Amino acid sequence: MRITVTVNGEQHTRDVEPRLLLVHFLRDELGLTGTHWGCDTSNCGVCTVWLDGTPVKSCTVLAVMADGHEVRTVEGLAHGAELDPVQQGFIACHGLQCGFCTPGMMMTARWLLDHDADPSEEDVREAISGQMCRCTGYENIVRAIRWAAGHGGARGTADAGTEPAPGREEVRA
Amino acid sequence: MQVPAAFQYERASSVEQAIELLGRYGPDARVVAGGHSLLPMMKLRLAQPEALIDINGLGELASIRVDGHDLAVGAMVRHAELLASPVVGEHFPILRDAERVIADPLVRNRGTVGGSLCQADPSEDLSAAFSALRATLVTQGPAGRRTVAIREFFLGPYETALTEAELLVEIRVPIRSHASAYRKVERRVGDWAVVAAGAVLEISGGLVTEAGIGLTAAGAPRFVAERAEDFLRGGRPDDERFAEAGRLAAAECRPAADQRGPADYKRHLAGELTTRALRAAAARARGQEA
Repeated sequence: MRITVTVNGEQHTRDVEPRLLLVHFLRDELGLTGTHWGCDTSNCGVCTVWLDGTPVKSCTVLAVMADGHEVRTVEGLAHGAELDPVQQGFIACHGLQCGFCTPGMMMTARWLLDHDADPSEEDVREAISGQMCRCTGYENIVRAIRWAAGHGGARGTADAGTEPAPGREEVRA
Repeated sequence: MQVPAAFQYERASSVEQAIELLGRYGPDARVVAGGHSLLPMMKLRLAQPEALIDINGLGELASIRVDGHDLAVGAMVRHAELLASPVVGEHFPILRDAERVIADPLVRNRGTVGGSLCQADPSEDLSAAFSALRATLVTQGPAGRRTVAIREFFLGPYETALTEAELLVEIRVPIRSHASAYRKVERRVGDWAVVAAGAVLEISGGLVTEAGIGLTAAGAPRFVAERAEDFLRGGRPDDERFAEAGRLAAAECRPAADQRGPADYKRHLAGELTTRALRAAAARARGQEA
């Protein structure tokens, strides 16, 4: 079946089997391996991408369901050469260890901050409750997202500040 | 890698076309909405439909409306939309309570209300919640529309009263002056219920005039505890009677032992959560937070 999916603003047309999952379409057909593939059972959330502006688990969406729709992946998070404040927050607050859950966490974080300029710790924890970090680095993930909120992240733009996060000397971005 | 077996994929552009496609493919076709129950089952080969009829494009089924004295929820309404709906929050706290503990925010962004009911999973929360509310389901098939009382919709695990080529299009619940609540015990955040209970109370002149009790994952016939409901009707809404209603509900259910716990524990939970949901509903009826 021929489908056309807009991914990070760019249209891609491919012939796919109806049973192809969106996560594999992104990774194997388009080479966008930033979206990770984890549990396959919609539990772990590492495959989280946006579908028409809403974060979903792409292991439980068929690629054909995205035909004619818009997908945003972690590759579409940065603004040109400048990292999104959410990405800067993950660097500043040590929001990743092995990095496997990070793309999905950041896609959810970006969505949260687009809808809530100043989420509480509880709001952040609720938002990421469908995603697992097997390094158990949740504390720093929550700090990273709240850091982003305080550094221009709420606007979804790249004008993040350069104020260092607690315990870090500088922000690399 | 878990991948479903091959299937034909059809995208419906109207309810009529979805019904036509269901008729054309016959009993081996399945409707797919959010896909968060069906696709995992297909990956495990627990379901192997020859054709999927995708109804995600049916915007006509995606609204939450107040229609006369009813709340009308389209079958394609996503869980996140039901949770965020102000009218649902105001009149049906049982649905808000349930939605808050259904899976996780990402699953709720995709999974649908209609899909949850049609899946008829014994552990699914909305089946019990809408059963407690005595919802009416509007279905559409080749012969047109009909309504089915939700307590006549669930025939057994994964089995509903939908006939071949019939589609659930809407869930209707009368907006009445009732109070409600839903209480769930889960092993970890986002898991299926070990057991959950929903309660709906109409109170007039200091007496319970109508009661609805829904039970999730407890093996209750058609998700409800009718004897407990009968007991509550006509009595005072007090803790003593709520405790007795819990005992009756526990006696009525037939929980199965599984990895979430032994049958005795689940039966205990069914009783205790029924009592707690009733107390919470009664507190809300008094205008208290619960």
